[in-house]
Amino acid sequence: MAVDAEAQFHVLAVDDSLMDRKLIERLLKTSSFQVTTVDSGSKALEVLGLSEDQTSPSAVSPEHNEIEVNLVITDYCMPGMTGYDLLKKIKGSSSLKDIPVVVMSSENVPSRINRCLEGGAEEFFLKPVQLSDMKRLRPHILKGRSKDQQLQREENSNTIIISSGGSKRKAMDEEPSPERTRLRFSTGSLTIL
Amino acid sequence: MELHKLRRVYIEFAEIVFRDGFLDNQYTQLQQLQDESEPKFVLQVGTLFLEDSEKLLNELRSILDQQDVDFEKLDAFVRKLTGSSASIGAKRVKDVCMTFHDCCKKGSKEGCRKCLQQLAAEYRLVKRKLETLFKLETQILAAGGSVPLLSQ
Repeated sequence: MAVDAEAQFHVLAVDDSLMDRKLIERLLKTSSFQVTTVDSGSKALEVLGLSEDQTSPSAVSPEHNEIEVNLVITDYCMPGMTGYDLLKKIKGSSSLKDIPVVVMSSENVPSRINRCLEGGAEEFFLKPVQLSDMKRLRPHILKGRSKDQQLQREENSNTIIISSGGSKRKAMDEEPSPERTRLRFSTGSLTIL
Repeated sequence: MELHKLRRVYIEFAEIVFRDGFLDNQYTQLQQLQDESEPKFVLQVGTLFLEDSEKLLNELRSILDQQDVDFEKLDAFVRKLTGSSASIGAKRVKDVCMTFHDCCKKGSKEGCRKCLQQLAAEYRLVKRKLETLFKLETQILAAGGSVPLLSQ
């Protein structure tokens, strides 16, 4: 966990406005993220190693550089592929679906926000995005990374519960549940804004 | 002008700009993102705002000049300007945009024309304020000083 806290994560920021790209880039860099900015959903998919009509990355040629992206933050309103379209493409891809996606918009439209959260977005930021909003990103990245480890531990602890009995069992029940509760909460859709 | 005096002039000028509502705390947020690694950040974002705004105002003008006004298209551009003015903290411009948005929804050509006039006027005002702030900021930095952080 200490290693993760020090690690520099890479965020892909998508926005068709140059001004907003400059702003989000600065916010992210100030918060110690590595940043790549693109001006469209289709360029974002290129960076992620996916073309528009694919659901899994093609066998890439050696010159094609794919960078590891830990989180995607995208504007909602973009010409062509909207932020929502991009979200669906990412969540619909077997290789990319675990990358957390945050959607931004300057408009506070509850139906839009819900649509994005239901579509798999981890969070919805209202523009102008603030420095304090950046603190909300790291937990999503870390959650994704430790999810596999947690599931592994769950499987192991489930086995222990079944095979042991009596008072020992109660202790076993107690021990994994905080983690299980945490996992349930973190994989549910976030409606708190 | 020597540094101390420059900073004084800057603070006094900025106080009025904030007091009159031309800029709000979002501008201060941008200043806080500026440092030695990005010493011209506010200037760069501000310049982009001014460029975007000129383009958007021209678009709005040409749509309203049509016989049949496409209010949806109009609204889309108004929303863009709302976003960028919010990002720089240009409060009065943003407020006019909100009214403009309502006129678009109502499909009122006359109302939209009035809003555009108001918008253009507010934009001209904030443009002058920003350009003055940028000039002073550049002078302060050139004199080896740091730009005072403003507050509402």
